[in-house]
Amino acid sequence: MTRIKPIITERHPRDKLLRTERLPHIWCPGCGLGKVLGAYGEAVLKSGIPVDKHAVISGIGCTGRSAGYLNVDSYHTTHGRPIAFATGLKVARPDMEVTVISGDGDLATIGGNHIIHAARRNVNITVIMVNNFNYGMTGGQASATTPHHAKTTTTRYGNYEYPFNMPFLMRAAGATYIARWTALHIKQITDSILKSFENKGFSFIEVMSPCPKGFGKKNKFREGIHQLRYFEEHSYLGDKHDLTDHAPSMHPDEDLPIGEFFADGGRIDFLSNQWKIFHKDEKQG
Amino acid sequence: MAEKYYLGKHFMMGNHAVVEAALMAGCRFFAGYPITPASPIAERMSWRLPEVGGAYIQMEDEIASMAAIIGASVGGVKAMTATSGPGLSLMLENIGLAYMMEVPVVVVNIMRGGPSTGMPTLTSQGDIMQARWGSHGDYDMIAYAPSTVQEMFDFTIKAFNASEKYRTPVMILGDQVLGLMTSDLYVPHKEELEIIDRKVPPEGLEDYLPYDSKELIPPMAIAGMGYKVHMTGLTHNEKGYPDVSVGAQEKLMRRLKAKFEQNLSDIIEVEERYMEDADIAIACFGSEARSVLNAVKKAREENIKVGIFRFKTIWPFPKEEINELSKRVSKIIVAEINLGQLIHPIREYSDPSCEIVSLPHAGGTIHKPEEILAKIKKEASK
Repeated sequence: MTRIKPIITERHPRDKLLRTERLPHIWCPGCGLGKVLGAYGEAVLKSGIPVDKHAVISGIGCTGRSAGYLNVDSYHTTHGRPIAFATGLKVARPDMEVTVISGDGDLATIGGNHIIHAARRNVNITVIMVNNFNYGMTGGQASATTPHHAKTTTTRYGNYEYPFNMPFLMRAAGATYIARWTALHIKQITDSILKSFENKGFSFIEVMSPCPKGFGKKNKFREGIHQLRYFEEHSYLGDKHDLTDHAPSMHPDEDLPIGEFFADGGRIDFLSNQWKIFHKDEKQG
Repeated sequence: MAEKYYLGKHFMMGNHAVVEAALMAGCRFFAGYPITPASPIAERMSWRLPEVGGAYIQMEDEIASMAAIIGASVGGVKAMTATSGPGLSLMLENIGLAYMMEVPVVVVNIMRGGPSTGMPTLTSQGDIMQARWGSHGDYDMIAYAPSTVQEMFDFTIKAFNASEKYRTPVMILGDQVLGLMTSDLYVPHKEELEIIDRKVPPEGLEDYLPYDSKELIPPMAIAGMGYKVHMTGLTHNEKGYPDVSVGAQEKLMRRLKAKFEQNLSDIIEVEERYMEDADIAIACFGSEARSVLNAVKKAREENIKVGIFRFKTIWPFPKEEINELSKRVSKIIVAEINLGQLIHPIREYSDPSCEIVSLPHAGGTIHKPEEILAKIKKEASK
């Protein structure tokens, strides 16, 4: 029997987008966060925007550590506040391409107020919300995306609250690009990030990720691969999803709608509106 | 875009004077949230910033306002917010972030009666300790205490300079009386003022360390320069990377503390009046100092040897100045519009031979000069 010799290279093409001296990262085996970093890095390289003009803002939590591994100007801020921080940077420095990468606890729960107002303003930033359905870093407590009936360390008998359906919330609030993928959809996430860079306005991408230690082991997904398998078998791409029907339940009998849910180039972005009002007679630079 | 300033003599509201000074100091970003009695600052910023090529944004709350000005400042744009007590309570979280990341920002607190919603339309000096200790952990604060509309202007310039020089959040502690008072103001030419900008590293350094411990205040690379900085609220090493360890904490916290401790004489400003032969000093600041001045003049007419020690900066605390004062006078009366806050550090740093007496006020108004005069007479006759 011949064994295939692995090809070992010193450098990966995306290495320059990573702070490799900080690796290995702190994330658990089976976590989907590395995939999201990879997709973001790929999108930055393909974007045609100089790497120096990209900035990443994160909040607190497992996904909040993303900023610390990406080799761009990166800011690891306070819990729930990265969107407000990013808004300040973008409005003060419109030449920067500003992306928020943070988790469901950070963005949909403690930072819920900031995300709806950023969408309402249609402020020119991209938000990548990695949804692992719980607070991973603090030990697996329930968040605002924990499915109804799911078990966490604070919902031992099952979650008696309902989760946010974030794409629906973002649509209602005024986001102009909305997509949802899983950690399996690397190519699609990359494409969505690229479209977000091009979108003049507020872009929201939800990426569902396995969290074997925090969420999985209490909800019949013992290993990361089990939750990935669920994503593979249950996710379906529809041409026209009904946004009201899209809260992921992680239930074995229910499907997981994914895809690009919404893109609206007609709703003018914050910076253009502000420019028009502030400088009626001048052309936008 | 041409810079547009309103120079010369004005009859202007204190809150508006803050805005004019901020713009002249180079502030080009304001994020805020409406709150009485600080709203006129946001209102004026909303139309003045576009006149000088800056940006104004009204955020969803004070938490977001504070986060947004830090975001703007890491982009190299001088930034400010303004609020009152309840809003400051919400800003404290990110004031800690600005301190830890060493990002220059200016926070104006137009104090009103508290606690909680308190008295939105009436004055107070009740946030003295909150300004210094409000965010968690060990940190330092530079806080200016203007007492005239002109000082609202002058100290705002100083606040921006201090924040840029020391890479730290700086607070201006005004109050409802000063914020809403209209008085004479002289706006000088920008060239007449000293305007300090943060040190930024030259482009293209090979060995730039964002938090170089060899420097007390390392130069600050701004977003987009190519240095790919990492800034975090976590305890970090010289590269800015998280390092949650006893050693890293010791190194970082000691340097941050030293920024203030080694520059006390540069930061601290106090004023003495009628102190040459005084046996009693009245320690005061802000709008209360106006009433104190009136009372001391009257006391002097009655040959009572009383003088004024006024804090222009409250934090860092002028411990040496207070200690020296306490050796010159037999009594210090602390007049403040709260139930006794600044009296604590005054007592802590005073010589035991000096008697420290409180003249508190629950708030809503400053002391009447007669009330202060009565206290002076009572203490002088003891």
